[in-house]
Amino acid sequence: MQIGGLLSYLVSFSIMAAIYGIFSMGLNVQWGYTGLLNFGIAAFFAVGAYTSALVVAPLPTGPSADYVQQAIGLNMPFLVGVAAAAIVSGILALLVGLLTLRLRGSYLAIATIGIAETIRLFFNNEPWLANGSQGLVGLPQPLYGLVPPRYYNYVYLAIVLVFLLLIYFALERGIRSPWGRVLRGIREDEVMVAANGKDVFNFELQSLVVGAMIMGIGGALYAHFRASIQPGLFRPTYGTFIIWTMLTLGGTGNNKGAILGGFVVWAFWSWSSTVLATVAPAGLETRAPFFRYILIGVLLVGVLLVRPKGLIGEERQVSRF
Amino acid sequence: MSVLQVDNVVSGYGSMEVLHDLSLAVGQGEIVAMLGPNGAGKTTLLRTIFGVVPPWSGTITYKGEDISGVPPERLVRMGLAYIPQEYNIFASLTVQENLEMGAFIRDDDIHPRIEEIFELFPDIAERRKSRAGELSGGMRQMLAIGRALMLNPELLLMDEISTGLAPFLVDAIFERVKELNDQGVTILLVEQNAPKALQTSDRVYIIEGGEKKAEGNPEAIAADEEIARLYLGRS
Amino acid sequence: MVQLALWGVVLGSIIALGSVGLTLIWGITDLFNAAHGDQMTVGAYVTLLVVALIPDVGFLQAAVGPFSFPWAVLIGIIPAIIVSAFLAIAIDRVVYKPLRRMGATSITGFIASIGVAWGLRGLIYVLWGADFHFYASGIRPMVSFLGLRLRTDEVFIVVVAWLATAGTYIFLQNTKMGKALRALSDNADLARVAGINTDRMIVWAWAIAGFLIALAGTLYGIQTQLRAEMGWIFLLPLFAAIILGGQGSITGAAVGGLVLGLAQQMSTAWLRPTYKPAVAFMIMVLALIFRPQGIFGEKESR
Ligand SMILES: Nc1ncnc2c1ncn2[C@@H]1O[C@H](COP(=O)(O)OP(=O)(O)OP(=O)(O)O)[C@@H](O)[C@H]1O
Ligand SMILES: [Mg+2]
Repeated sequence: MQIGGLLSYLVSFSIMAAIYGIFSMGLNVQWGYTGLLNFGIAAFFAVGAYTSALVVAPLPTGPSADYVQQAIGLNMPFLVGVAAAAIVSGILALLVGLLTLRLRGSYLAIATIGIAETIRLFFNNEPWLANGSQGLVGLPQPLYGLVPPRYYNYVYLAIVLVFLLLIYFALERGIRSPWGRVLRGIREDEVMVAANGKDVFNFELQSLVVGAMIMGIGGALYAHFRASIQPGLFRPTYGTFIIWTMLTLGGTGNNKGAILGGFVVWAFWSWSSTVLATVAPAGLETRAPFFRYILIGVLLVGVLLVRPKGLIGEERQVSRF
Repeated sequence: MSVLQVDNVVSGYGSMEVLHDLSLAVGQGEIVAMLGPNGAGKTTLLRTIFGVVPPWSGTITYKGEDISGVPPERLVRMGLAYIPQEYNIFASLTVQENLEMGAFIRDDDIHPRIEEIFELFPDIAERRKSRAGELSGGMRQMLAIGRALMLNPELLLMDEISTGLAPFLVDAIFERVKELNDQGVTILLVEQNAPKALQTSDRVYIIEGGEKKAEGNPEAIAADEEIARLYLGRS
Repeated sequence: MVQLALWGVVLGSIIALGSVGLTLIWGITDLFNAAHGDQMTVGAYVTLLVVALIPDVGFLQAAVGPFSFPWAVLIGIIPAIIVSAFLAIAIDRVVYKPLRRMGATSITGFIASIGVAWGLRGLIYVLWGADFHFYASGIRPMVSFLGLRLRTDEVFIVVVAWLATAGTYIFLQNTKMGKALRALSDNADLARVAGINTDRMIVWAWAIAGFLIALAGTLYGIQTQLRAEMGWIFLLPLFAAIILGGQGSITGAAVGGLVLGLAQQMSTAWLRPTYKPAVAFMIMVLALIFRPQGIFGEKESR
């Protein structure tokens, strides 16, 4: 029983860590390869989650129709929901990019934070769309009947890992292609790339969209794993900054690093509270979970100071033509 | 004895070596001009002398004292001053505040000195309360010089102070340079305007690709057809 | 409407005061300090700590004049300011200065400041928990004039916030150190060349920022209540204010803060109050897109 409990805990831990690994890879396309400061990950996260939820879930019926509002409920298969999440996130990225990509450095960062928070507040304040601050519950889960419910997480872990690997290999191919070379060129020396006749803005937009589509997929996987979503889940801390920490810690510019960062940071984040709660002095158990803020803060600053390239730095990429 | 001596200096940015084993000297009371094409490393040399860019190797001595890598805030106390090529004024500060910043290290009353500078450059005196960013190009350069003179430097490094100015302003600026020199200030200047530099200076160095290509008195340099063709953009 | 505008001024005053230090640091070190909000929280909580330590003897825990808060708060602000200033300097020494030495970009600094923000917030959570705290539990007296109503506390907040903001402005305009700070903010390379000890100036800039932010935090705590997330949530409006104002511009930040406070409160005439933060962000995003150098942008572009 102990072992079984630990194992099932490890499985649900791995699902979350892998989903964060996907976000982290999406950010790696934008920041790691192209140097775009997207601090609005939460926007694509939320939009991906809500899109898939609304596409896959049916409209509420029976008694729940009285208190759950939902603009649409298409009752489509899970994969359609994931695809829709990627597409809608991509379109959002296109709009955001057209508006903001001319901004430089910290300005872009702050503008994207602002946009992401506005989108979250929109979901929160417009109940007709997706039930406002209450959010959506009871979202369908793919292949749910396949195994007994208590083993379902193994199935979901397999699904998430398939997506993780597909995205990983696609990105590894992409980044070694001439396209990936241009992106890295933009990061290193935008002016040089422009001088070579490449349309920098266009490439940056593509990078933002591709990264956002990956984030949209991550959002969809997150929504169906939790089976319930609320706007409160997409605040900057969990929706954006923790992912930046993951990529920074794992290794900016390295997809393996992105995934590793997802696992390491999520381990610190989710285990520290469990571990600390058992050792905390009486009366302070309730505060133990907060230690993880200190832990993650120190971890992030420590990495930047001691190992600025992250646990595994960027690999030298050899282009194949 | 030379006031400033640069021996075998190597320097650059990041991993890019810009100056390769460069040496030069400036004697007491001289005006020495550095000429050379764009990207030759002239600015980099001045920045290295002034401790803005650390030298990788070689030594720089000022009045016999080793000043390699000594930070600017110490150099200004030793009597050096430097007018950078670009952004050489505080645009958002007033004209007078710019001059005050020139004497930041002084704790005594600097107003007499400010008035002296205004006497030297009466044009900017009228604009003392204006923001420096609102000044015309010529006045900006006067202000930049004025700021550098606030501490009565003995050695003044000037980087292309006449570039982009109308000819009469160029003449006026070089007039001031001469006057300063007559008052005993040693000057090392970088110029794009070769004729003007040759006319004003006591000695000339030609720099290209981070290396010294020629040196000599202005007459000799001006007379050398090959130098003129190769480095001074004359055919 | 006028009533909303009045509340807008109160909110705007706190944003203005909070953003002055932020824009100062932004101008001088090029750092967008994401920990500024949490440094504000620390300031507010140090005041709280002192208030809790001061015994209820004599006038100490009695309300100040017509206000709701006790004298202990006014006493507590002083150590809060000192702690906050030294904390700011310490963070710079431990985190940002080594990063500058390593030649890290301002983006790296920004990411590091997120870590600092987490650390500080975690500390507050661990020491005080997630509950609300108050400086005083009594009633909050009101004043009314011309049919408008305002809490007496809010009058105090507005006055103190603008005194401190104006004081900072006067300091920066008229003292030698203030001018050197502005020079450094304007053109750091030239400041070094002119012989200004930039390292020491940065220390002073952090001290001033720490001073102002502790004051802002305490005032914010007087106006509403204290909780561990208070500063973090306040951070985005502060960013919005300094972006509106332009990098390093004190007047810009003050006006930007006021504009945002007014816009947020007055928007509630048409929009749900929960949209208030979104109003601030949208103004900021629009300002960024149409006037990226800010209303009062002073830096020469390079
Ligand atoms: N901050 C810097 N970082 C990296 N490289 C630089 C930097 N400044 C200059 N360089 C490079 O160093 C080389 C020498 O530049 P430098 O500015 O010293 O030339 P210069 O002789 O002053 O030219 P100009 O006449 O155009 O002023 C150039 O190739 C330039 O691109
Ligand atoms: Mg130059």
